[in-house]
Amino acid sequence: MNLQLTEEQELVIAMVRRFVREEILPLELALDPDAEELAPEDNARLIEKTKAMGLYGLDIPPEFGGPDIDLVTRTLIAVEMAQHRGGLYVPCYGTFGGAGLAQLFEATEEQKERYLFPTLRGEKKGFFGLSEPSGGSDPARAIQTKAVQDGDDWIINGGKLWISGADKAQYGLVFARTANDKGRDGVTCFIVDTDTPGFSVRRVVHTLRSARYATELSFEDMRVPASNILGQLNKGFAIANDRLTKQRIPYAAGCIGVAIKAQEMALEYVPQRETFGAPLSSRQSIQWMLVDNEIDIKQSLWLTLEAAAKAQRGESFRKEAAMAKLVATEAGGRVVDRCMQMFGGLGVAKDLPFERWFREMRIRRIGEGPSEVQRHVIARELLGSSLR
Amino acid sequence: MSTRLNKEWLSAQTAVSQLSGNLGVFQLADESKRIIFVGYAGGKSRFGLKGEVSEALQRTSGAAFARWEVNTAYMSRYKELLMIHLHDYGQLPEANQPSPGESVPGEIATLGQLRPAG
Ligand SMILES: Cc1cc2nc3c(=O)[nH]c(=O)nc-3n(C[C@H](O)[C@H](O)[C@H](O)COP(=O)(O)OP(=O)(O)OC[C@H]3O[C@@H](n4cnc5c(N)ncnc54)[C@H](O)[C@@H]3O)c2cc1C
Repeated sequence: MNLQLTEEQELVIAMVRRFVREEILPLELALDPDAEELAPEDNARLIEKTKAMGLYGLDIPPEFGGPDIDLVTRTLIAVEMAQHRGGLYVPCYGTFGGAGLAQLFEATEEQKERYLFPTLRGEKKGFFGLSEPSGGSDPARAIQTKAVQDGDDWIINGGKLWISGADKAQYGLVFARTANDKGRDGVTCFIVDTDTPGFSVRRVVHTLRSARYATELSFEDMRVPASNILGQLNKGFAIANDRLTKQRIPYAAGCIGVAIKAQEMALEYVPQRETFGAPLSSRQSIQWMLVDNEIDIKQSLWLTLEAAAKAQRGESFRKEAAMAKLVATEAGGRVVDRCMQMFGGLGVAKDLPFERWFREMRIRRIGEGPSEVQRHVIARELLGSSLR
Repeated sequence: MSTRLNKEWLSAQTAVSQLSGNLGVFQLADESKRIIFVGYAGGKSRFGLKGEVSEALQRTSGAAFARWEVNTAYMSRYKELLMIHLHDYGQLPEANQPSPGESVPGEIATLGQLRPAG
């Protein structure tokens, strides 16, 4: 793997870094520390800027109007975009746009018209509804939401837990059991309009992450036309799995971005802060924290770029994406924790971003497949058929 | 935890004397105990709930009662309370509604929809 960035990559990274520092950070200073959105007029103004930069809708494939940027460069951009207080879950407060639910690129033409294109135009939002109270690590076996065919429709009953953004969505992907198979072959993915009778967002699930909270959903005799099945009947789990694997790369990149910013702040602070007559930076215990941070950051970055490079080349990247997600989320937590320690009381105060990063980074070891599940994926890739 | 804030209403004067500087959410009501404002004391509040509720009581005409909940997840709870109000009454509490020409705060502009359980 070539570790030298191209001139183009250097330029793009510099442009995004400037955007974060000159546009996002000053606005963020005025926001509540747990904010997840800019004022609408700031949001609209900054979207015009990212469009002018040619970077709006980064993850949208070029054939659907997105900029033609390779995955390694997009990963480097994602690392930059996360370098502010809200950067882990709302990088640049969404001003670079998003692809929405990437699975819709594989949808039927009619489904694309109804869901994908309005999402790309920013008119609709979707949620991803996989996890249930019965468990999220092993959804293939845990899903209890059931869909039963009735003529041209399916009737869905059940519920979902932990679903982000469902209260703001016009539709969502709901994974439901459609066959007696207890495993991955009996699950189908339905596109569900949130105004369908029987669909309710029952409550907000309050967690460490006060911005971009999760919700609990219930489905009572919710009637969905068969034309809203995404992909094939009983093959929905492959859609979920594919999404989870791809999502691990930007998920890791966000953690790395925050870790880089935390380390940068610590590197500025410790030479200035004096205790017992000498700057903190002169103490070996502080130096070692900085060294360990640097190693954590570099390891996570190389693993994540390797996963992105393999995905870009069209090779299997399951193992690499799992390693990147596992290492970056755990390393990110350690880096933020060490930086908090170096800042003392200020490290835990809401005046600085560490406390938000600390809370949100903890969720990263659980969301999108917990660390144990990533180890399980890696072990399966290593041991192959001997494990199955 | 109940999704609605079901605590007892306290008169403005009693509320101000009992409040402290914690993070959290609060509601104000008029004489008939109709909710007219939902607010929060977040990381930028100088005196937490005490400061935010006192200021809100002064600037919200008709505010006679207050109740609150100490909560570090104040942002998600604040949005939840607003969404519950929207569900129950079809509109935001009157003092949360932006006046004409006033810039809408991001968290209100992007508010979602709940159908609360209880
Ligand atoms: C804030 C937040 C937002 C979320 N947003 C969404 C969303 O939008 N959509 C969605 O579908 N889901 C979402 N999730 C759900 C998330 O993906 C699940 O929480 C996660 O997959 C774990 O599932 P679980 O919580 O049911 O834990 P469980 O599956 O019950 O696992 C509990 C623990 O056991 C460990 N474990 C599991 N299996 C093994 C094993 N074989 N060996 C050893 N240890 C094991 C796990 O790692 C975990 O630590 C969100 C979660 C959170 C916290």
